[in-house]
Amino acid sequence: MHKLLDISSIKEHLFDGMTIMVGGFMCVGTPEVLIEAIMQSNVQDLTIICNDAGFENRGVGKLIKNNQVSHLIASHIGLNPYAGKQMSAEHMTVTLVPQGTLAEQIRAQGHGLGGILTPTGVGTIVEENKEVLKVNNKRYLLETALHADLAIIEAYQTDQYGNVIYTKTTRNFNPIMAMAADKTIAFSREMVDTLDPECIITPHIFIDYVVKAGL
Amino acid sequence: MDRQEMKTFIAKRVAKELTNGDVVNLGIGLPTLVANYIPDAMTIYLQSENGLIGLGPKPESTNSDPDISNAGGEPVTLKPGGMYFDSALSFGIIRGGHVDVTVLGSLQVDETGSLANWIIPGKMVPGMGGAMDLVTGAKKVIIAMTHTNKGKPKILKKCTLPLTAKYQVDMVITEMGVMTVDNTGIHLVEYNPEFSLEQIQAATDATLLINNPKKMVVN
Repeated sequence: MHKLLDISSIKEHLFDGMTIMVGGFMCVGTPEVLIEAIMQSNVQDLTIICNDAGFENRGVGKLIKNNQVSHLIASHIGLNPYAGKQMSAEHMTVTLVPQGTLAEQIRAQGHGLGGILTPTGVGTIVEENKEVLKVNNKRYLLETALHADLAIIEAYQTDQYGNVIYTKTTRNFNPIMAMAADKTIAFSREMVDTLDPECIITPHIFIDYVVKAGL
Repeated sequence: MDRQEMKTFIAKRVAKELTNGDVVNLGIGLPTLVANYIPDAMTIYLQSENGLIGLGPKPESTNSDPDISNAGGEPVTLKPGGMYFDSALSFGIIRGGHVDVTVLGSLQVDETGSLANWIIPGKMVPGMGGAMDLVTGAKKVIIAMTHTNKGKPKILKKCTLPLTAKYQVDMVITEMGVMTVDNTGIHLVEYNPEFSLEQIQAATDATLLINNPKKMVVN
C-alpha cells in the first residue's frame, strides 16, 4: 500500500512552529505511537489542537511535559496539572474553547467554511473579542475555522486505500481532524484488505499516510 | 445527612424529573449518580458528549474495555440499541436541542438562571469542556448540587464567578429543596422537611419566592 509510512519517517513531516491536531478524548482514540515519534523528533514551538491536555504522562500531555508546546487549544485541561502550571507560569498559552465550538471550528475548516455561528458562550468571557451576529433576533458568536498543518489520528482498521473505520468511543475528534489539516497521518491498529463501503467513516482521500501498529 | 447521604438524596430526587424516552446527559460527579436511581420500568437514553447514546453501567473490572469511556474518561458499557458517533455530531445533538435533560453540578447559580461552574480565576482553571454547549442546547437544565459550599451560599442574587451561560437554568435540586427558575425569579417549589423554610432562606443569598411549597419526597 503506497500510503504506508515508516514511523521513523514521520520527522520529515514535522517542523518547528507548526500546528498539529491530535485526535482523542482524554487519550481514548489518541495515537500514542505518533505522539512518541513527535517527542523523539524534538520539534519545538508547537501549537496543539486537541480536546483536552491529556494526562501528564499520556496523550498530548507527553508533548507538554517535554516542553514542545507553546500554544494549546483545548476544551479542558483539568486532568493534567502540569499543563495548568505551564499556563500559570506563562510558559504555554492555553486557549480554552467550548467543546462543541472546537468540534465545529475543526469541521468548518474541513468543509470549506470560514467559521460557524453558535449560541454557546454568548454572555460569557468566551464572547470577548468576538463578533456577535443577530440572526432572527437571536445572538450568535462568530467562531472562525481552525486549520492545522498536520493531523494525527487513531484508526481501528484501515484498508489498502487508506479508508478508515474507528472503534467505539475512540472516534470522537478523529474524523473531523482528518479533514481539517494539510496532511493527515493515521495510526492504524489493524490493516485489512477491504472494508464495507457502506461503513467507512473517513474516506481514503483524507488520509495521506498510514502507520501500521507493530512496525 | 453526611455529604454522601446528601448526594444520594439529591440524585434520587433528580431521577424523578426524568420521563420515559428522554435523552439525558449526566455531568461528572454527583449527576452521574442519577443513573443508579432510574426506575427499571423506564427507558432513558443516556448521551455522553464524547460520542455515544446508550450509556450502560460500569463494567466489571475484569471485563473493562479501554475503547468505551464516558465523558469523564471512565470505562462504561453500551446498552443494546446504543451507538457511537464523532464529536461534531455529538454536539449537534447537544446544541441542536435533541437532548431533553442535562444534569450538571455548579459552583454558583443565580436567581436569573445564570450559572458558573468552569473556572475560579487564579485557583482552578480546568476549562469548560462540554458544559457551555450542554446548558445552551439542552431543553431542560437541572443543576444538582449541595445547597452551600461549607455553609457559604451557592444560590446567589448574581453569580460572581465567570459564567458558563446566562439565563439557562430551569431547576436547581439540593439537599434542602427543589427550586425552579423563570423570568419572575427563583421559586422554592419543594422543601426538605428536615429544614425550616427560614433555614433554607438563610442558606440562600437569592430571594426565594415561596408559595405553598410541597414536601420533598425521596424514597
